[in-house]
Amino acid sequence: MAKTPQTEPRQSWTFSNDVNSEIRRAAATGIYDIRGGGAKRRVPHFDDLLFLGASMSRYPLEGYREKCDTSVTLGTRFAKKPIELKIPVTIAGMSFGALSGHAKEALGRGATMAGTSTTTGDGGMTEEERGHSEKLVYQYLPSRYGMNPDDLRRADAIEVVVGQGAKPGGGGMLLGQKITERVAGMRDLPVGIDQRSACRHPDWTGPDDLEIKILELREITNWEKPIYIKIGGARPYYDTALAVKAGADVVVLDGMQGGTAATQDVFIENVGQPTLACIRPAVKALQDLGMHREVQLVVSGGIRTGADVAKALALGADAVAIGTAALVALGDNDPKWEAEYQKLGTTTGAYDDWHEGRDPAGITTQDPDLMARLDPIEAGRRLRNYLNVLTLECQTLARACGKSHVHNLEPEDLCALTIEAAAMAGVPLAGTSWIPGQSGF
Amino acid sequence: MAVTLDMAKLDLREVNTALQSAAKTHSNDAYLIENPRGSHAMACGLDGALDVTIKGSTGYYCAGMNKEARVTVDGSAGPGVAENMMSGIVTIAGDASQYAGATGHGGLLNIKGNASSRCGISMKGIDIVVHGNIGHMSAFMAQKGNLVVLGDAGDALGDSLYEARLFVRGKVKSLGADCIEKEMRPEHLKMLAELLERAGADASPEEFRRYGSARKLYHFNIDHADEY
Repeated sequence: MAKTPQTEPRQSWTFSNDVNSEIRRAAATGIYDIRGGGAKRRVPHFDDLLFLGASMSRYPLEGYREKCDTSVTLGTRFAKKPIELKIPVTIAGMSFGALSGHAKEALGRGATMAGTSTTTGDGGMTEEERGHSEKLVYQYLPSRYGMNPDDLRRADAIEVVVGQGAKPGGGGMLLGQKITERVAGMRDLPVGIDQRSACRHPDWTGPDDLEIKILELREITNWEKPIYIKIGGARPYYDTALAVKAGADVVVLDGMQGGTAATQDVFIENVGQPTLACIRPAVKALQDLGMHREVQLVVSGGIRTGADVAKALALGADAVAIGTAALVALGDNDPKWEAEYQKLGTTTGAYDDWHEGRDPAGITTQDPDLMARLDPIEAGRRLRNYLNVLTLECQTLARACGKSHVHNLEPEDLCALTIEAAAMAGVPLAGTSWIPGQSGF
Repeated sequence: MAVTLDMAKLDLREVNTALQSAAKTHSNDAYLIENPRGSHAMACGLDGALDVTIKGSTGYYCAGMNKEARVTVDGSAGPGVAENMMSGIVTIAGDASQYAGATGHGGLLNIKGNASSRCGISMKGIDIVVHGNIGHMSAFMAQKGNLVVLGDAGDALGDSLYEARLFVRGKVKSLGADCIEKEMRPEHLKMLAELLERAGADASPEEFRRYGSARKLYHFNIDHADEY
């Protein structure tokens, strides 16, 4: 008897294996999933844009010969001592506590060799990063862990953190297993307890108050330090405008691909906007206020290549910041630790349980044995190399568009591969002159 | 003889520059600020021994991040007075607005009148003595230090408290999550007596009740989700 043909087993798109595994995990534990990193879902990104390059109507610059400047100055609006960087790529804020002291030192070394700045994070300023960072931005966070006027004055700039891309509107929690004596001491809390990082500042609410807070910070630091305001990619037009109103020298805008040390997965994946969607509204706010280039815009969240850097600048940013990519350059998620990732139930490239403090690469941990795996000198060199490559790639693309400074890149140099990216970036869909959402369409 | 700085004639930057420069030299000089007119960020960032008296009321963040200096406001203080204070003494003759002593690491904040909501929020080692009442959500997420209240406390005192110690002589409208009344032991009575004396408060330690953290929220536990 002929066998009845069988339909191939069909997996549900809605209830995929990944989704079902999370349902089973939730059912077993009764608690949501916490992880590090930024949004992992596919969102419109810089990959969806292309540079047009020079042609009959555009004149390119000679590679390896003609100069393409990459310098950037941050904090020209009010600060007596703006920050001068050799490259338009900075290191984003990441906390000591979330990261090891060696990792912070490596970030400082790499950034300094490349001619750029690095940034503290929740938990205060460590000697490792101050000592090895020629230019150090000091984050002013809601928790105020480790905050003190001496470090404020030792900083080269101050970044008031209002939000971050991975979790606009959310605070944080550094779990007890990473709270060593040193971390606890810097935060004025007992060893080994979970430490909540507040989601709101304790002594101001809203941009009117923030304006006064910034006045205080300037008065304490003799009006020398540039004041950055960091916002998550929530309402980029109004948040940028209000940051300018509050007196920012620099706006740091972090899209949803921007990483965090530890946040609920549901938060990371479902709150905020993609980086690509945030840049043009922020730039428009600056332009509407006559502040574009007067107040500098630093964009972060998913920057990986020199192409990403160049595209962010073309859309109007003055510089970018990298966090996750910098950690990868140091050695995070390196295949050489695959056997250990397997033991932790994960694999290279997917390891994101940074909050557990068991990082095989020795970066997101306070365990002395694991920390010792990261050589800060060698890791710093890798970061320097990576930053140099980002810069060279960005210059290559800028020269191809005929630009003698990377800041001369502009939206007109770009087209988009998808309608979504065209709408978000405000550039034409490839092969057309159509910019969705503009010109009545 | 105090050096007088008149804010009817000098702007904020000039006044703060004069005070900060004098503090840096640990001059122990006395300064008198006239016509403060509710200015913000007055006498902030002082880093050294110095006496400053402000004749009138101040705006936001007076004496912010103070180190060693003795600052007296002969009036009332706006939000965030002595925020993130490290050491020294800040005295408010009148009332203090919201967030008084927020995130303070050390020193004494002595408020002779009342303090508004969120007094001592996220405090990290400062001593705060309020001779009157305090508003709601005071000592929220307070980490270290002592908050002493001679009057009453508003709603949700000590919500999500860490290791700060709270002493209240009057009524407490309600306690916040994880804040409980605790036994007043001899070492607390001794410490409180010293603090009251430093603050010039006419009260006996035995009249106070002590509140602190139940420490049940120190590690996330799904069974505590109803607490917040």
